[in-house]
Amino acid sequence: MRWIRNNLVLLLGIAVLIYTFIPIAIVILMSFNDPNSRLIYSFDGFTLYNWQNPCEPDGMCGALWTSIKVGFLATLFSTILGTLAAFALVRHDFQGRSSSNLLIFMPMAAPEIVMGSSLLALFVAAGFAGQLGFWTILIAHIMFCLSFVVVTVRARLAGLDDNLEQAAMDLYATPSQTFWRVTFPLVFPGILGAALLSFSLSFDDFIITNLNAGNTTTFPMFVWGAAQRGVPMQVNVVGTLMFMIAILIVVGGEVTSRRRNAKLA
Amino acid sequence: MSQVAETSGAPAAPAPDASYDGLRLRNLTKSFGAFTAVDDLDLDVPRGSFFALLGPSGCGKTTTLRMVAGLETPTSGSITLAGQDITYAKPYKRPVNTVFQSYALFPHLDIHENVAFGLKRRKAKEVDAQVKEMLDLVELGVQARKRPTQLSGGQQQRVALARALINKPEVLLLDEPLGALDLKLRRSMQIELKRIQVDVGLTFIHVTHDQEEAMTMADTVAVMNQGVIEQMGSPADLYENPRSTFVANFLGQSNLIEGRITNRAADLVTVDMQGIGVSIPADRAHADGDMGWVGIRPEKVLIGEPGATLDAPGNTIPGGVISDVSFVGVSTQYLVRMPWGQEIQVFAQNTGRTRLFAQGESVELSWRPEYAFLLDHAQDATAGAQKDDA
Repeated sequence: MRWIRNNLVLLLGIAVLIYTFIPIAIVILMSFNDPNSRLIYSFDGFTLYNWQNPCEPDGMCGALWTSIKVGFLATLFSTILGTLAAFALVRHDFQGRSSSNLLIFMPMAAPEIVMGSSLLALFVAAGFAGQLGFWTILIAHIMFCLSFVVVTVRARLAGLDDNLEQAAMDLYATPSQTFWRVTFPLVFPGILGAALLSFSLSFDDFIITNLNAGNTTTFPMFVWGAAQRGVPMQVNVVGTLMFMIAILIVVGGEVTSRRRNAKLA
Repeated sequence: MSQVAETSGAPAAPAPDASYDGLRLRNLTKSFGAFTAVDDLDLDVPRGSFFALLGPSGCGKTTTLRMVAGLETPTSGSITLAGQDITYAKPYKRPVNTVFQSYALFPHLDIHENVAFGLKRRKAKEVDAQVKEMLDLVELGVQARKRPTQLSGGQQQRVALARALINKPEVLLLDEPLGALDLKLRRSMQIELKRIQVDVGLTFIHVTHDQEEAMTMADTVAVMNQGVIEQMGSPADLYENPRSTFVANFLGQSNLIEGRITNRAADLVTVDMQGIGVSIPADRAHADGDMGWVGIRPEKVLIGEPGATLDAPGNTIPGGVISDVSFVGVSTQYLVRMPWGQEIQVFAQNTGRTRLFAQGESVELSWRPEYAFLLDHAQDATAGAQKDDA
């Protein structure tokens, strides 16, 4: 009893971790599954077949490629636009700044289904009804990623000490040198974080995408469609890969910063 | 008040702007909306001097410094440095460097890179060797590869100093550079800064609100208040012969006693101070009207039993009663209530020559006339007094 009381926090922590990681563990496990039936989702036997033939299900790799392309482009455009917007909102005093600061939260606060259907209405009203597809998905994704980029970069920028830029200028740095040598390196972690966030938001968005996709299929849409007929095990392969990439990025970042600190100590 | 700065600041015939080799501010004004932070300021800082700009917070000293650095644009007036007009020059084009109050070290660069920053921007040669030499000067050679956050406050302060000094600026600006350090570290850094200034021979302008810091370090102190310079001179000059009640109270402490001026001779002004005639040398009298404040520093006041012979050829002021005694070891601080109701502060050194007085005892006070000063009655007798010092 006494032992439980002393270690209660630890036990609860472990329980919560197990709770979060069980679905991921199932995904990893299922990527090695050799199913007897497409309709019953159970582990029937170990195989490497799914990993050796990842593109076997019809249209899955095409959908995955679409998602990657959309995610990459949406990240690129929203990060650039959002970073510029964040600089404007923090550094420049212009008319309508406070309302812009408020409005930038709207896409984050509004329900996705509302955003998606109003975008669809907009596209149709603008005469794009027949051309829904890759580009309308991209436009939609840039739109909702933008708010997250602005908010993330703005927070980083607002926390930056003004004196640092003044010190740089005092030390003979021209405005552009000040920006590239001091401001940008200090804001960069925020920009990088915003880009990673944008990619993952874009990659797994379903609701807005589904409403504005026309005949194009993204990976989440493929999974949703496949779920009606029985999910192919290769979906789990993609899921496992995505999880591993995410883990690699986090661990890689941690290792570099530890190594840097170790070198300094 | 600005005429005080002019008369004491510039010699009778100041050098023309183009040939003056120091820093010169003329009619410098900075307004933020309706608030005037710096008001028609004239100032000459000779080359190679350690100059302190002393004043309470909000007096305009930091704004003045920032205008010299180019981080603030003057509303009007001019700044010339070694004959060059730099009033509107960009901060990165001025031969001026600043040690910021918050140090403003670049957190993403290590100590070596921080110090090398200015040299690299100017494409200097042998950067590494110079940085190494400078870090050795501030005794941080072994810390060169650490990040600023891994250093203590005092070490960060020295990095900030090294980062500015390495560029050999015409003028080094120090904005309350020791403000964030604890008392003991501050004292040792004061000595260190003074040593470095003498070593490198650059012009230092040091902004501070700490009068003790300004007096220990600077060869010239300008006391600033509400955007104008109240008085400028050597620390001893300012302390011994203040020209305004603000300076008298802000630099150390002063007893200011109301008096009526009865006679103005060529070298001596006589004042009827609460019925007692006292005299003040004419060059220490800064009062225009009939009335004035007779000023005397607490440590210049002599205290004794009634009828005792005090070492002073001046007048004896009888009728004092001790209302408070605080023994501080090296000295004893008395508060003496005078017949006219005012309490006079007296600091008596504990030399052993006189005994200690107790509360309630009757005493006589005296001082040498050459230590007294006379200030204009129109000024507020409590201006510049620091409550926490009392």
